Amino acid sequence: MNVLEIRGLGVDYQSATGAVHAVDDVSLDLRRGEILGLAGESGSGKSTLAHAVGRLLRPPAAITGGSVTFHRGDGTAVDVLALRNEELRAFRWREMAIVFQSAMNSLNPVATVGAQIDDVLRIHRPDLPRRSRTERAVDLLQRVGISADRRRSYPHELSGGMRQRAAIAIALALNPEIIIMDEPTTALDVVVQRDILYEIRALREEYGFAVVFITHDLSLLMEISDRIAIMYAGRVVETGGSRDLHRHPRHPYTAGLLRSFPRLRGPREELLGIPGTPPDLRDLPSGCAFHPRCGSAVAECSTRPPRLLDGVACLLNDEKGIR
Amino acid sequence: MSGAVLEGRGLTKTFKAARGRGLVHAVDDVSLALRAGSVSALVGESGCGKSTVARLLAQVYPPTSGEVLLHGRRVKGFREYRRQVQLIFQDPFSSLNPFHRVRYHLARPLRLHGHVRSAAEEREKVAELLERVSLTPVDQFMDKLPHELSGGQRQRVAIARALAVRPVALIADEPVSMLDVSIRLGVLRLLERLADEEGLALLYITHDIASARYFAEDITVMYAGRLIESGPAETLTQDPRHPYTQLLLESAPDPDRVAVGEPVRHGEPPSLIAPPDGCRFHPRCPVALPECATTVPGRTVVGEGAWAHCWRVSGAAGEEATTSREGSR
Repeated sequence: MNVLEIRGLGVDYQSATGAVHAVDDVSLDLRRGEILGLAGESGSGKSTLAHAVGRLLRPPAAITGGSVTFHRGDGTAVDVLALRNEELRAFRWREMAIVFQSAMNSLNPVATVGAQIDDVLRIHRPDLPRRSRTERAVDLLQRVGISADRRRSYPHELSGGMRQRAAIAIALALNPEIIIMDEPTTALDVVVQRDILYEIRALREEYGFAVVFITHDLSLLMEISDRIAIMYAGRVVETGGSRDLHRHPRHPYTAGLLRSFPRLRGPREELLGIPGTPPDLRDLPSGCAFHPRCGSAVAECSTRPPRLLDGVACLLNDEKGIR
Repeated sequence: MSGAVLEGRGLTKTFKAARGRGLVHAVDDVSLALRAGSVSALVGESGCGKSTVARLLAQVYPPTSGEVLLHGRRVKGFREYRRQVQLIFQDPFSSLNPFHRVRYHLARPLRLHGHVRSAAEEREKVAELLERVSLTPVDQFMDKLPHELSGGQRQRVAIARALAVRPVALIADEPVSMLDVSIRLGVLRLLERLADEEGLALLYITHDIASARYFAEDITVMYAGRLIESGPAETLTQDPRHPYTQLLLESAPDPDRVAVGEPVRHGEPPSLIAPPDGCRFHPRCPVALPECATTVPGRTVVGEGAWAHCWRVSGAAGEEATTSREGSR
């Protein structure tokens, strides 16, 4: 069932003052065809995790341990972290594609969007004749809502929303099993964001790819994802179905996040927020990294780091649910 | 309007587009009034001109036409104006000088505007400012450099700096959108408290209409350079009249949403170099009438302190509606 399995993954950034554990002992499953939301504040390690899975990390970042396994549809398993350059090249785009936050930066400014789709097809599918490639490019652009004549446009001639659509079209080009989307709609307006979210969902229905959707916007994530993983200070603190997480958050941090954003409808509930600020990764609190900000912390929280058990990493949650 | 501290009347601003491609009509006929002790929100998507309105109200640049009034009068002299109206920017990472300590950032406006006479008084005033923005213990923050502070703390320093001149109006341009979700609330609460306790007139500019519902008394919605709807925060968010406001509210993320919508393409905001005739929203409007494409809709009063610019709304209001191009204020 799982298309991707991450086990005990650790990523360090080497700095002059020692290693910073940006991702620490993270284990996650991505099921075939699901949208997994990855939420966390800046510095929580969500983007680093995605980059590690896509093998995109550059020094000073280094993977310190763990494994990432990709399961093909035919049952063969691929050790992603062990892929050599040639294999990695074949793996990217064809089996895993990535859409970045700013399509302005991820698209080539001196090539038309049509040429950029053609690039991916030409390299990965040398068997396709030019005419089929062009047809495919037009088809892809139309699928994401860009008219065919726009394939001759350069990125700067497109609006932010259209550029992001073009980036999604490129990701779809080889029909990958997994698409990692790192804050794909953060730079966009809400109306455009909504259109693109629906587009991603419809495309997912049609092609059956799995999505890792990364954002800091929990309300957005709750709406689009099937399951959600919440990260804090490099660790996963809670995972669960979106509905469950929304209705019954079990980790105090998740509960705090849910009480932090104002709602548009219903009564104007009091917003409680979370006291304090996210921790400095160079100097993490002992025990549970969240304990200095946690209203439910007990003495043990500052000494014993909680393990992720049954989808939640919190000492208080061993037997009873907290609210 | 009486009681307005800061008021913009018929503000219009055009910029020259690069390489002689014409004029960008960034802001067109915008009138806004800020009252003492009250938070007003200006909501719109990127590129709708809300930051231009902020800068016009702060007199960073002059309007092409229209006027800005402080207590009903024009103010001459940049420094005199800046003493009364202050701006807070979106990005606290670039609005503080990385080479200077917190103390310098706060002492400088105090000195420039003649609020302190001695070094001892300066220290006292800086400490007082830090306390007002809840950066305590003050001794810990006084000699920090911006990079030693978190985003939320930096934004608090920027707010303290704005308060140093003892302004009557504060214009906050997306003050929390660069901050982490868990600390946004604290900064918004601080702004709310300043308006409430110190009687500041506050304009909260944001793209996040849900936060405007919580922190502002009234909300004005802007689209493609024009104001399209305004009203008390609760009325506007729960009973929006303009189709664009409705679309904006429908589009906002909402974890409580049950039904999954079909992919609909709503298009994107128009170019401001050649904005559409008539209502600027008509090319994207699901309920546009023929006149929407030709004539700019006037202001229709739809309730206590609430109005909209929409032919549908004025049609529905019928005879009793008071529509006029100039508006009711």
